[in-house]
Amino acid sequence: MTERGPETVTASVARAERVRGPWADVWAQFRKHKGAMMALGVLGTLALVCLVGPLVWRIDPNFIESDTVKMFKMRNQGPSFAHPLGTDQLGRDMLARMMFGGRISLAVGTVAMLVAIFIGTAVGVIAGYFRRMDGLLMRLTDLFLALPLLPLLLVMMFLFRDSISGALGPRLGTFLLIVLAIGLTSWMQAARVVRGEVLALKEREFVLAARSIGTPSRRIITRHILPNVLSPVLVAATLGIAAAIITESVLSFLGLGFPPDFPTWGRLLYDGIAEIRTYPERVMWPGIAISLTVLSVNYIGDGLRDALDPRIRGR
Amino acid sequence: MLSFTIRRLLAAIPTLLLISLVIFLLVDLAPGSPLSDIPLTVPPEVRQKMLAAMGADQPVMVRYFLWLKQFFWIEPLYGIDALLGTDFAQGAQRIISWQSRVPVFQIIGERLPQTLTVVGTAYLIGVLIALPIGIYSAYRQYSWFDQAGTFFAMAGFSVPTFFTGNILILIFAVNLGWFPTIYDTNLTVTDWESLKQMLLQMALPVTVLALFNAAEISRYTRSSVLENLGQDYVRTARAKGMGEGKVVMKHVLRNSLIPVVTVIALGLPTVFGGAIVTEQIFKINGIGAALIGAINVSDLPTVQTVTFIFAVLIVMFNLIADILYGILDPRIRYD
Repeated sequence: MTERGPETVTASVARAERVRGPWADVWAQFRKHKGAMMALGVLGTLALVCLVGPLVWRIDPNFIESDTVKMFKMRNQGPSFAHPLGTDQLGRDMLARMMFGGRISLAVGTVAMLVAIFIGTAVGVIAGYFRRMDGLLMRLTDLFLALPLLPLLLVMMFLFRDSISGALGPRLGTFLLIVLAIGLTSWMQAARVVRGEVLALKEREFVLAARSIGTPSRRIITRHILPNVLSPVLVAATLGIAAAIITESVLSFLGLGFPPDFPTWGRLLYDGIAEIRTYPERVMWPGIAISLTVLSVNYIGDGLRDALDPRIRGR
Repeated sequence: MLSFTIRRLLAAIPTLLLISLVIFLLVDLAPGSPLSDIPLTVPPEVRQKMLAAMGADQPVMVRYFLWLKQFFWIEPLYGIDALLGTDFAQGAQRIISWQSRVPVFQIIGERLPQTLTVVGTAYLIGVLIALPIGIYSAYRQYSWFDQAGTFFAMAGFSVPTFFTGNILILIFAVNLGWFPTIYDTNLTVTDWESLKQMLLQMALPVTVLALFNAAEISRYTRSSVLENLGQDYVRTARAKGMGEGKVVMKHVLRNSLIPVVTVIALGLPTVFGGAIVTEQIFKINGIGAALIGAINVSDLPTVQTVTFIFAVLIVMFNLIADILYGILDPRIRYD
């Protein structure tokens, strides 16, 4: 990164006594956003519990008592020391299932976001940088924006689930299918934002300078364009995680998501609904987990947007 | 303005054709189609007859063009016949559901009113809640009302509808018993008693959808009003000694509603998509429920047609938004 926008240059001149990188500035601004900081704490705690929790709480989330009498005694228990969140209709420990489900939900959100951002950035950079591709790629983006995404996702899940599960196994197959399906249907906003940024960047002097010393297009894109579109991409990525988690849980809620022995929060909620009248907490826990996660991610995205906007930063 | 409208209309046609091709091929070429599900014990000649009866023995392209013709030509003819009592269609082959052997458009015609009542009311109420909140939040920026509004909006689109819906059912229908849990589609409004029942059963689904929509629209209204409040003409109007109410409600509001109207028009088709979930929660027998039902038994013609109708809705409302924008804001009309 040989060049930065003029705004960061002036910002660091203003604080000449303490030399700080641009990321320190971003962090300083981000810390002023109370909601975002709180959200970061909540999300961090949730993620930590899901990632580290199973190492401490060593109950298999899919463990069902093989002895029928014991199994019947284990079913539908309320909160106790042995099972802080109770057990489900098959006597499986809810705390273990929640942590396991959280891992998958967060993984789906992150990986689907990465897929979407990768496609979106690629399409946006190519459309913005190469004028010949612009018309075609933007038509494609408009076409995708006009597709009825939720119905198509449902159809894709239904039609491809069995064959992909057969080829790759039910867990990996479903995971890959959901992640790819969500990624393929949510890259359009990122592509539009990135294209707009690239169109403006392309006319800037540093790109002209790079081109005039004979830098090939590939290097201009990787060295000069991509680092400068990082901030809108980061914001889009954060919001993309939230959207992906919601989409996955909608699919699971409609019964077209993950199998019950490989649950996500959405699937746990779906399983809980059958007995919501007698055991409402089995809907509440996953529901609260999804809501808190998505709310925090949205707040973090909001804070990042403010922190990465040089017009607001330093005020 | 007319040429702008016509140009936009013409541009929509290739988009729709491409979308129809994508939907048709995706659904048709998928490995899970019912054609692969016929048991192997069925003798080949019977199997052939079954395929022929469903019209599934033709090549993909033939079926695609037949479906296009049925969708854009034969079905509208039947529609005209039903309205005017004519006989243009002359018994031509319609799009038939594999599940029930009923024309798909008849199923849609039966299901659409339920969806429209719930979704339409919810969207209207959502807009009516969102506008005042958005305007007042912008007018008193950073006040406690604005902070609360921001949180409400954030929570509104972060908490999934299937969670809020089920919580509302649990509290208001199961524990308090104020509302029914299941939407009764057979209920027709004939007198005050049935009207009351109708309102009661609509209350929960409409609340869920309205809150979700209000969250998004109120954000757009807020930022649009904020942008306009800083404009020079607002200062001029105030300097003239114009009342604050008149400045905000007349000058600022008119200008800031232009992008909001577009957002409202663009959001409507996504609401139909979101209604799939709401219909599932409250067991409303609408078009989303029809789609889910058709997907679960791989009733390809119904799935293709309903999905494509969603696409047509999206393209149509994009068009409406564009044209509205052109009418409301003369600067946009580039013709």
